[in-house]
Amino acid sequence: MKKMKLVMVGNGMAGVRTLEELIKLEPDLYDMTVFGAEPYPNYNRIMLSPVLAGEQGIQDIILNSVEWYTENKITLYMNKKIVKIDRKNKVVITEDGTAAEYDRLLLATGSNPFILPVPGKDLQGVICYRDIQDTNAMIDAATKYKHAVVIGGGLLGLEAANGLALRGMDVTVVHIMPWLMERQLDKNSAFMLQASLEAKGLKFMLEKHTQELVGDAQGRVTAIKFKDGSELPADLVVMAVGIRPNTSLAESAGIHCNRGIVVNDTMQTYDPSIYAVGECVSHRGTAYGLVAPLFDMAKVCANHLARMGIARYQGSVTSTKLKVTGVDLFSAGDFTGNEHTEDIVLHDTAGGVYKKLVVKDDKLIGAVMYGDTTDGSWYFQMIRDGKNISEIRDHLMFGQSHLGNTGHQGQSSAAAMPDTMEVCGCNGVCKGTIVKAIKEKGLFSLEDVRKHTKASSSCGSCTGLVEQLLASTVGGAYTPTLSATKPMCGCTDLTHEQVRKQITEQSLISIPQVMKVLQWNTPNGCASCRPGLNYYVLCAHPRIAKDDPQSRYINERAHANIQKDGTFSVVPRMFGGVTTAKDLRRIADVADKYNIPTVKVTGGQRIDLFGVKKEDLPKVWADLDMPSGHAYAKALRTVKTCVGSEWCRFGVQDSTQMGIDLEKMLWKMYAPHKVKIAVSGCPRNCAESGIKDVGVIGVDSGWEIYVAGNGGIKTVVAQFLVKLKTPEEVLEYSAAFLQLYREEARYLDRTVHYVERVGLEYIKQKVVMDAANRGALYERLLYTMADTVDPWKKENVDMREFEMLST
Amino acid sequence: MNNWLKVSNAADIPQLGSRVVTTQAGNIALFKTADNEIFALLDKCPHKGGPLSQGIVFGKKVACPLHNWNICLDDGNAVAPDVGCARSFPVKVEGGAVFLSLT
Repeated sequence: MKKMKLVMVGNGMAGVRTLEELIKLEPDLYDMTVFGAEPYPNYNRIMLSPVLAGEQGIQDIILNSVEWYTENKITLYMNKKIVKIDRKNKVVITEDGTAAEYDRLLLATGSNPFILPVPGKDLQGVICYRDIQDTNAMIDAATKYKHAVVIGGGLLGLEAANGLALRGMDVTVVHIMPWLMERQLDKNSAFMLQASLEAKGLKFMLEKHTQELVGDAQGRVTAIKFKDGSELPADLVVMAVGIRPNTSLAESAGIHCNRGIVVNDTMQTYDPSIYAVGECVSHRGTAYGLVAPLFDMAKVCANHLARMGIARYQGSVTSTKLKVTGVDLFSAGDFTGNEHTEDIVLHDTAGGVYKKLVVKDDKLIGAVMYGDTTDGSWYFQMIRDGKNISEIRDHLMFGQSHLGNTGHQGQSSAAAMPDTMEVCGCNGVCKGTIVKAIKEKGLFSLEDVRKHTKASSSCGSCTGLVEQLLASTVGGAYTPTLSATKPMCGCTDLTHEQVRKQITEQSLISIPQVMKVLQWNTPNGCASCRPGLNYYVLCAHPRIAKDDPQSRYINERAHANIQKDGTFSVVPRMFGGVTTAKDLRRIADVADKYNIPTVKVTGGQRIDLFGVKKEDLPKVWADLDMPSGHAYAKALRTVKTCVGSEWCRFGVQDSTQMGIDLEKMLWKMYAPHKVKIAVSGCPRNCAESGIKDVGVIGVDSGWEIYVAGNGGIKTVVAQFLVKLKTPEEVLEYSAAFLQLYREEARYLDRTVHYVERVGLEYIKQKVVMDAANRGALYERLLYTMADTVDPWKKENVDMREFEMLST
Repeated sequence: MNNWLKVSNAADIPQLGSRVVTTQAGNIALFKTADNEIFALLDKCPHKGGPLSQGIVFGKKVACPLHNWNICLDDGNAVAPDVGCARSFPVKVEGGAVFLSLT
């Protein structure tokens, strides 16, 4: 079959990203041809500012080399401008008369800078700031001339001014509005920004209307004249007053335009064989100038070009970061507010910190921050998710700081860190390495950074820092993924919630069935989605769905913890941390018999045997003759107890027995992640119930239940759920909470993540207020566990997993 | 010339799973895909020596259990952006038996 022809007009970031997405989906559907007016392959336009500032060269910002086009069999014409679209014959024609036929045409013509219609606008030395050519002209001017005037105090204007100042020019920014960046900042933050830029040597003239540019006899600009009669010398004038979608080609072809080429949610123009993406587009009346929305458009457009036809672009909420070294600035959403909104403001002039949050109907709708932008991504995510913030309103302003975000010396502001400082303590990645990778490899997402540098890919506690680095390096191009719509993994577009819902509703009882019905795009998933699906299927259909050991991580397949040398560790269960001389003697015998090099007492009141060879595991279990401690599993780990009223002179409840009862009930419970429980016999809380998934604290009149605490990656104190009278109630409420978590959390979310997402109020409604629902949850958990076996028992061991072959 | 050694029956390797063969060349992992294709790699991840045999098999790749590098089963190469290669060995299946060549 003859391939269809896809022609792209424009060779910029949005267009090329569309081709990249298309190649991922359908590499062979089209013969692709690209026409670009510039003499360069696709480069990272956002990085022009660092080029101007002398921090990077042009070769560093090329995103797709000429070889990339060749490798992907794309015919690339650089320096060739398309001047005509003949829609009737489906042909585009270039300036020099070259014609190219198309079946599908993709317009990615970008935008043009807006030129103020003032006398003198065509003088030499008057330029805009849009592409490599403009940047070179500015770099060149900086070597010959002294006085630069930048007209426009927006994002682009300030970055241009900063770059020219760094190149030694005397720079004045002229702005028509009463404060800088009025579309991204409110008055207070703008003044703080202005002060810090003035400290860097920039000058500002606000509320100035340009009347005319004055030239000399050679036709070179010499001064700028304002409406109020004042004048300023200028050897270089940079116009950065805004951009206009470049629609002239589309308009000349009779394609409907209205401040942009009008497209529908599939990025299709009024001509069904012509699509458009990027800054040239008007979607639902909005034209976007930041990169993140353009990438969203690219993805949708590629989906339709690949004839999959399932994606929709529904507009984007954007955020702004200024890429001026040493200035931390963030804004998102509607930060101006009105009579129906409420402001939460923190303003420390001397400390150089300003934060304003705008709240409407218990939802965050906008944020502007200056000086401390640590939590920008967090706020932005809440704005996009439309999360109800009433529960966290009292500390919302103070951000998402968690006590236990360890591994980077307590540092929370990426901008203040030196390049040599370690950001990711797990993988030993420094700030400089991350920034270099982002710039040189053209990374835009957290996932990209994780893949290329490994930073934030292990425990994730430095994720906030890495996000900040991304944001300060690529500016508005960085958009945190919307957690509510984030797909499970690269194998599907469906979210965890959507997958779980379908598994339940359509009674999908095996992984292959899920993948078939939900149209997984890989033959058998990946190491990320398979364990999740296995859990979801088993959780939704207990006693019906069959476990798939090959979709479990090795620890759960071998029922022991793999160690760095490939040996395993073994933790037998000790209910409530209580053991006997007989058990200890058997453990000691096993340690002798199998030459176990290390025996360690764990933090969870048990004993860990390290360095066991895989083939010895079944024999070790048999000799121990104790139940599995599940120390290797996404399951109940341990129930930590204090000694309680039986011995302790302060104890008011028998916490040890309560712990044993809880552990006996729950010890075969698998969950989305590990689950830790503790029971203390009095409020002195020696068992540390405050940082457990379920923490029980005995008081004189009964028991207090706390949930969703965490002691690891992020230290979070558990929240009070309910006060109860009897041990039976403690069992029922704890089980009901855990079953709710089992049924609703995303795989690998701890209870802290789950409760943070749904809110404690929701948990109270389902578990405390609704007795019938609580009973049902409790019953479902018991039903599930009644059929679960001890994996260490001889009859449950698949020996194929443990026997070696030989030649 | 390949010197073929019989090491297993194809049926004894679980689909999307693996078995380990001890040889004088070190431990060798035999993998079986969902399509019953069988591959052999040195059981050592090029990253930090993790036992690849213990990883999750998907498509024609295995994810190392230690740090989740993805290794291609057919040639032992790490999936980009990671760089490295686990040695691969020729395998053939005849009459349900799996033969491995160490040369």
